[in-house]
Amino acid sequence: MVQHSRTVTGSPAQKPKLAVWKFASCDGCQLSLLDCEDELLQLADHVEIAYFMEASSRQQAGPYDLSLVEGSITTAEDARRIREVRAQSRALVTIGACATAGGIQALRNFADVDEFIAVVYAHPEYIATLKTSTPISAHVPVDFELHGCPINKKQLLEVISAFLHRRRPQVPPHSVCIECKLRGNVCVWVAHGTPCMGPVTHAGCGALCPTYNRGCYGCFGPKENPNTESLCHWWRSELGTDKATLIENLRNFNASAPVFDAASRRLEQGSDKK
Amino acid sequence: MCEFVLQAEHLEKLIQVIRGEGYQMLGPVLRDGAIVYDQITTTQDLPRGWSDSQEKGFYRVEPGNTGAYFGYAVGPTSWKKFLQLPQRQVWRAQKTDDGLDFVQIVEEAPALAFLGIRSCELHAIGIQDRVFVDDQFCNEDYAHRRDRVLMIAVNCTSPAATCFCTSMNTGPEVTANTDLALTEVINDEEHYFLIASESYRGGQILQQLPLTPAAERHLKAAESAVQSAVYKMEQGPRSLDRAGVKDLLYRNYESPAWDLVAERCLSCANCTMACPTCFCSDVQDTTDLSGEHAERWERWDSCFTGDFSYITGGSVRPDTRSRYRQWMTHKLATWHDQFGSSGCVGCGRCITWCPVGIDITEEVQRIQAMETAL
Repeated sequence: MVQHSRTVTGSPAQKPKLAVWKFASCDGCQLSLLDCEDELLQLADHVEIAYFMEASSRQQAGPYDLSLVEGSITTAEDARRIREVRAQSRALVTIGACATAGGIQALRNFADVDEFIAVVYAHPEYIATLKTSTPISAHVPVDFELHGCPINKKQLLEVISAFLHRRRPQVPPHSVCIECKLRGNVCVWVAHGTPCMGPVTHAGCGALCPTYNRGCYGCFGPKENPNTESLCHWWRSELGTDKATLIENLRNFNASAPVFDAASRRLEQGSDKK
Repeated sequence: MCEFVLQAEHLEKLIQVIRGEGYQMLGPVLRDGAIVYDQITTTQDLPRGWSDSQEKGFYRVEPGNTGAYFGYAVGPTSWKKFLQLPQRQVWRAQKTDDGLDFVQIVEEAPALAFLGIRSCELHAIGIQDRVFVDDQFCNEDYAHRRDRVLMIAVNCTSPAATCFCTSMNTGPEVTANTDLALTEVINDEEHYFLIASESYRGGQILQQLPLTPAAERHLKAAESAVQSAVYKMEQGPRSLDRAGVKDLLYRNYESPAWDLVAERCLSCANCTMACPTCFCSDVQDTTDLSGEHAERWERWDSCFTGDFSYITGGSVRPDTRSRYRQWMTHKLATWHDQFGSSGCVGCGRCITWCPVGIDITEEVQRIQAMETAL
């Protein structure tokens, strides 16, 4: 369910100020904003793009009316910086799997980060990082979470419009299956036997992968009220999926979303009931 | 009603005559490993020689053992998508100096011909008519589209294992209103359709076809094809106690069976989207960045989502148990009180297209068994 939005004010004479922040991430979600080619000028008409380093090195000081935050928290410095961002932002919206669920880098949450560092870096002593990658909401209050890896630019415009006009964003938290059915797709799970994360995954992509006869990868994270246990049981018993593949599917871009995290740990520990 | 014989090689003529009358023809096509309803322009588009295998959470097309044009059972789509559109704009509005200007979006309904409607689907369309048209509140968009549809029904001679229309008294023989009704007969020597018109429009089309009067043996062969479908379903794995189910469900709001089904149910909404009678929709209002323009869209919705029952303070049905109970109790019980019939036509789509194979007929039997055991 969406949380109540804080009001984005901005006096009539002054346009609301928009800021875009980056934490541990690939920049893909920020790029979705730049991808809004046709709408970008319209956006600039209605908001003051005050801080957006991906697009411009011109920086305006806060406070900001709406902050879009990309990326997860992986360093002590970022844990401090996000509190500063929050303090300067009237409304704070997190965008993408990193900011809402820790991202692919949250795979460290299931392993020993020191081992990773030792394997990857010639000089591990130069690396200062936390043992976990956590979503923004684990550190500061968040007004709305927009899911996706990357986010859908139409949904981003919808969220910005909603915050500008003080209404609820139309970003339904139901399954990808509904998007498939609205498009008239044939179910890849039932008709082809392809394992698909669609029934437990948050809508928003427009059922991109199933439309091209691929199973859903769960880029948008868990939907509301997901039943991962039942999905895992059917994948294993009827679709012949092995445990490792199931864990890989749960541990994608949203590995640390609480529901996927718990399901993958249950499987790993062999305590999956079914 | 007078029945005629249309040789299979003249099926093309039927399609072209109907298209010549100005209809856009829709019918079964093989796409992405399933038989779905889409545009057709010739018999070449039909899934001739294809059949299907269906079970709980399982669907595969497979070559049939005859060269039949209609030798398959109902697939993932229903005719619903052409009458109650999956999504459509309802109105748009613009801010003016002294308020708002609203423009209702009225789309010209195309003249459509549905080729290959099964009896269960005719009943489903009838049920949606009852909901959208024959009531105090009419859905004008649906009514306009529905008005212009030419219906060409085909008796079902190839039910799937998931079918139970005989239990619901909705098939396999076409008994509800239609413009044309066909039965496909195919054997070693012959391949023809028994065809009859049931409306003025249907009669006009028949007059343009190369027909011969049906002889007794044609009628018998057609009847026996339909009877074999009846027999197949009666011998098949599924049935539903149509007479008793309403009271059973009213007595069992608190059955432990609901907890058991909730353990499996994904609340993904596939059953409701695939169901040919589920009619719920959501309306979504949005503004653009300027706040000067607003739009309202109608889109298929499902009682399996949290938003569906969201009111002040939260969702009335936050858990899957209450959502499944709502869906099934409405479909099989409260529908009778609301619309005077069952909401289920026994097409089996909810069984086949449930990713985890939940079977509505099994769930009814479990509630029965648990009630008896208590």
